[in-house]
Amino acid sequence: MTTPPAPLAKAPDRLSLRERIPNIAILGPLLALLLAVIFFSTQSDRFLSPQNFSLIFQQVSYVAVLAIGQTLIILTSGIDLAAGVMMALGGVVMTRLAVNSGLNPFLAIGLGLLATTFIGWINGLLITRLRLPPFIVTLGMFGIVFGVTQVYSRSETVSNLPAPLTFFGSTFQIGTTTWTYGTLLMLALYLLTHVILTQTSPGRHLYAVGNNPEAARLTGIPTTRVLVMVYTLAGLTYGIAALLLTARTGVGDPNAGQTEALASITAVVLGGTSLFGGRGAIIGTLLGALIVGVFTNGLTLMGVPSVYQYIITGLLTILAVAVDQLSRRKA
Amino acid sequence: MRTPTKLVTAALAATTVLGLALAQGNQPVIGLITKTDTNPFFVKMKEGAQAEAKRLGARLMTAAGKADNDNASQVTAIENMVAAGAKTILITPSDSKAIIPAIKKAQAQGVQVIALDSPTDPASASDALFATNNFQAGVLIGRYAKAAMGGKPLKIATLDLFPGHPVGIARHNGFLAGLGIKDSSGQAITAQTPANVVGGVVVCAQDSFGDQAKGQTAMENCLQKNPDINLVYTINEPAGYGAHQALKNAGKDKAVMIVSVDGGCNGVRGVQSGVFAATSQQYPLKMAALGVAAGVDFAKSGKKVKSGYTDTGVNLIAAKAVSGVPSQSVQYGLANCWGK
Repeated sequence: MTTPPAPLAKAPDRLSLRERIPNIAILGPLLALLLAVIFFSTQSDRFLSPQNFSLIFQQVSYVAVLAIGQTLIILTSGIDLAAGVMMALGGVVMTRLAVNSGLNPFLAIGLGLLATTFIGWINGLLITRLRLPPFIVTLGMFGIVFGVTQVYSRSETVSNLPAPLTFFGSTFQIGTTTWTYGTLLMLALYLLTHVILTQTSPGRHLYAVGNNPEAARLTGIPTTRVLVMVYTLAGLTYGIAALLLTARTGVGDPNAGQTEALASITAVVLGGTSLFGGRGAIIGTLLGALIVGVFTNGLTLMGVPSVYQYIITGLLTILAVAVDQLSRRKA
Repeated sequence: MRTPTKLVTAALAATTVLGLALAQGNQPVIGLITKTDTNPFFVKMKEGAQAEAKRLGARLMTAAGKADNDNASQVTAIENMVAAGAKTILITPSDSKAIIPAIKKAQAQGVQVIALDSPTDPASASDALFATNNFQAGVLIGRYAKAAMGGKPLKIATLDLFPGHPVGIARHNGFLAGLGIKDSSGQAITAQTPANVVGGVVVCAQDSFGDQAKGQTAMENCLQKNPDINLVYTINEPAGYGAHQALKNAGKDKAVMIVSVDGGCNGVRGVQSGVFAATSQQYPLKMAALGVAAGVDFAKSGKKVKSGYTDTGVNLIAAKAVSGVPSQSVQYGLANCWGK
């Protein structure tokens, strides 16, 4: 089934931006983030500083990049439970090839990206060709990838990394504030994804498939190809997240990423993207990731123990979906 | 949805057959159940048990939980091993209380159950315990830090495990007891103190899950809160390396002392390079070897292991010894470390 997309005048990709992305999708998280920032500024005099904000960006960078892939998938009403362990595999492949096998670091990075992209492609094939639910496929893949990572690394952390592997952890100055190249990469990826989703036909196809796969298929959109592409690209973003995590910690850690798939889903949900597919915006996801980072940082500055931080993040997540539901009823 | 179910059933059947096959022959069968099979500490423990079992002519079955607090998998493993004919089960309990009913059931069928690395609660629920005294491990690095800081006013950050885990609490409180710190009501901190003591000189206490990335984030935020932190305790060396990265990024790695617990080879190398001032080394291989030997004895003589607690020892490893606190050299630590 590879019919070229028919140039139909009534195709869903002609919907206006406003119809596809309700303002609430961005306004909600933006408001939440601003309120959080204002609140923590009143609680700690160390919170409101460019250096502290740089730190929050560094802390959320790898989860935020995982969440790019997760957003693409959730927009098609799928879900990816293997995102975090795929990131761990990417990091271990890059670091082991560069350190233990003595490969050129850039080649090692390339192969790490290839590994996660390949697994994403397999996920896409299983979901589309075998018609398996994304939840099941990625749940199974979580176990497979986690196990493979442990076997391949013998559960050992790889350290003493060559410079290219830690480049994105290195810093530059803006005024008196230190920023990392990893933060820049993350922001650039968000911008790129935003442009693709809002300005290009593949982006519009993705929303159409998420909204109503059957309708999308009938209007000539190659839904299978769109889905396989989405999971493959998501795999690539997990590889980039691996590069960010590796640069941040300075090691390849096979035990990383076990809870990060859920953290990335939290960011997507807080960002106002609907789990039912077809509604949401990538910039919302960035705001969602920042909300979690701001709360973790701000509550620590206030001296709130970790246990209460889990409770508050959980409450926020439920609140975000509740707001989403209420907005749907009004719509 | 048919295929996965069939697969799972087939896999289960295969495991059972495998277990029964293991019980064939007249070699004593010994089970080892670790908290996870990903933490190098447990990986080494398993290797030590395998080597000892081979030496003494026993068969070793192994299983593990999926994560550090996964009790359900451990219960399943006990049941399967008893069914497969294991006469001794060695276990590092993930949940010190919740595992007890499963242990009692196994004991009722004549199986000897020995706890390794961490106790059951109450400790008397297992036939014996071979473990490090985690409180003592904390005390050693606390004493070392007190002497090394030379009476400077302390501002401490602790990067802990996760809420409520007895090993995490024992190390954290042992460290504070070694420093001579009292709890908020002025009482001395002991191994019986039920929860992590925080506040006072402990200006920041955050969970790290023993994970390097989470440890780094926690340390960065602690430093934002209190830039003048001068002493850091971490639950294990991976969290310690995360703390070091955060301190290095803030230009404070030379000025702030990090002490840790575990003594894996990667951790001892951190003491060697000056990342950590000291670490308390423990000996998982010894725990495993003692456990397997006790299992072989029981199979051959029918005599259960001597009940109670056997301390497998802990040593303070420090690059620079301080007066009044006995410690071992980095060379000793490297010669006796586990992992790579």
